[in-house]
Amino acid sequence: MIISVASGKGGTGKTLVATSLAFSLKSRQPVQLLDCDVEEPNDHIFLKPLITQKEAVCIPVPKVDEAKCTHCGLCAEICAYNALAVLPDRVMVFPELCHGCGACSYLCPEKAISEEGREIGVVEWGDADGIDFVQGRINVGEAMAPPAIRQVRERANADGLVIIDVPPGTSCPVVEAVKGSHFCLLVTEPTPFGLNDLVLAVETVRELGIPLAVVLNRAGGEYNKVEEYCREENIPILLTIPLETRIARLYSRGVTLAEGMPETQELFILLRDEIRKILDEGTGSLKR
Amino acid sequence: MKELVVLSGKGGTGKTSIVGSLAALAEDKVLADCDVDAADLHLLLEPVVRQKQEFWSGQVAVIDQEKCTQCGLCPELCHFEAIKDFRVDPVSCEGCGFCRRICPVEAITMKENLSGHWFVSDTEYGPLVHARLGIAQENSGKLVALVRQQAREMAEERGAAFIISDGPPGIGCPVISSLSGAHMALLVTEPTLSGIHDLERVLGVCRHFNVPALVCINKYDINEENSRRIEDYCREQGVEVAARIPFDNIVTEAMVKGQPVVQYNGDSPVSRQIKRLWQNIAGRLAAN
Repeated sequence: MIISVASGKGGTGKTLVATSLAFSLKSRQPVQLLDCDVEEPNDHIFLKPLITQKEAVCIPVPKVDEAKCTHCGLCAEICAYNALAVLPDRVMVFPELCHGCGACSYLCPEKAISEEGREIGVVEWGDADGIDFVQGRINVGEAMAPPAIRQVRERANADGLVIIDVPPGTSCPVVEAVKGSHFCLLVTEPTPFGLNDLVLAVETVRELGIPLAVVLNRAGGEYNKVEEYCREENIPILLTIPLETRIARLYSRGVTLAEGMPETQELFILLRDEIRKILDEGTGSLKR
Repeated sequence: MKELVVLSGKGGTGKTSIVGSLAALAEDKVLADCDVDAADLHLLLEPVVRQKQEFWSGQVAVIDQEKCTQCGLCPELCHFEAIKDFRVDPVSCEGCGFCRRICPVEAITMKENLSGHWFVSDTEYGPLVHARLGIAQENSGKLVALVRQQAREMAEERGAAFIISDGPPGIGCPVISSLSGAHMALLVTEPTLSGIHDLERVLGVCRHFNVPALVCINKYDINEENSRRIEDYCREQGVEVAARIPFDNIVTEAMVKGQPVVQYNGDSPVSRQIKRLWQNIAGRLAAN
């Protein structure tokens, strides 16, 4: 089973939920945690994995063999991303614009273009005290997260429980991280920002046809519009985590909830059971 | 005219709350919300939309099922695994057009893609350029670039002194698009290990693009030891810590009321720190 943990708004507690879920379940079943927030991966801070292997994330970019090139200009014409410019005597390649679609090398009439890997980040994995841990990280200055996310996702071992920590937002990196999961937990907080971004996240996950539920973090204030929205939309709130200084302080030191307050592990085990039940009954909040 | 962009790396550190207050404090400015996939600034500024424009960007492939002979070439060549059962998954399709070019029976066409909308609005605090990326869309970087360009044109027309823009979380495509060419970045962090880790990466991006940075520690008192670590780190890096804002629930109260906190309670310690912060920023922007 693959469970993704997402949110529209950043900083609502995705990492806390993903790491606590993994931590609570690791002694009961094989658990894998994939940190797909490749721009700002944080799960390693909480789970302290022993990284034993890594591989580079490369995207294929065109390499032009000037000896074969006739400067016909076809490659620049077909490139949808303006990553190639053909001058009378040479071809300029702008690797940071290239999406790696492969069209130019396949279609070059002179077979003058080959694909060359350009390293944009790394995927690392190892053991975090019983949790099979994988994370991706793009290099500072690189723009494209999806190829790194794809490569992290390829390491998913669907035999056990796979937990995916998703980057914030609602655009392509989120889609890349969430798609193909069996269930999506959306973590939010009871504030106007939390609600606004939850609504967007719900639309995104529904677009992908994945059943979803909400985890309400930092609960306890007077603002109850998140609960109202969930009720109207028929979205179950499977876990409520109170706003407590103790939890925030643990988090600030890099200690996840289930580790710092072991009595909460039971809640995360229940959370998994609830998700299983929803999936078995097919009652996940799929419909608009 | 000077452009300030507010970033954080980690989400949820308080970027938007601080930008809302800077909007209320700064005179003679244009505001921009560059977080196009989970925009929240409008919740504090209550904009009246004056202009709404469509954002068309990129293309999506469409297969004509009548013409398709199911030869299998396009799913084999698509680098984005976007073609399944001879249909294009618009979410995975990156619009490169490779499939259209190689289809032996010309069954594939490219359709222009409506990726979102952008708006020019009036607020109590001045004009705001903002946008809404469509659900699960790509090209957030291009939409951010468009928002900034509109804000710049408007600022020039009005002879405004400042552009203040609220940036997205992370360090990837939309962040780079928000940052490159700005005069200064304000990095809002929090004293958690995650906050520190992410600050280091976003500061790296500022360096990469040669944009001077200032740091603001939000909720500094939730872990003062970590706040000192951030200060030490910033000193080593030669980056000024321009404000230490205490944790206070009035920030959430102000958000629930839909007001910038300096407006909601101007005498609170939080507001006093933000006022000092703006004086510092304005002075530096004027000098650089």
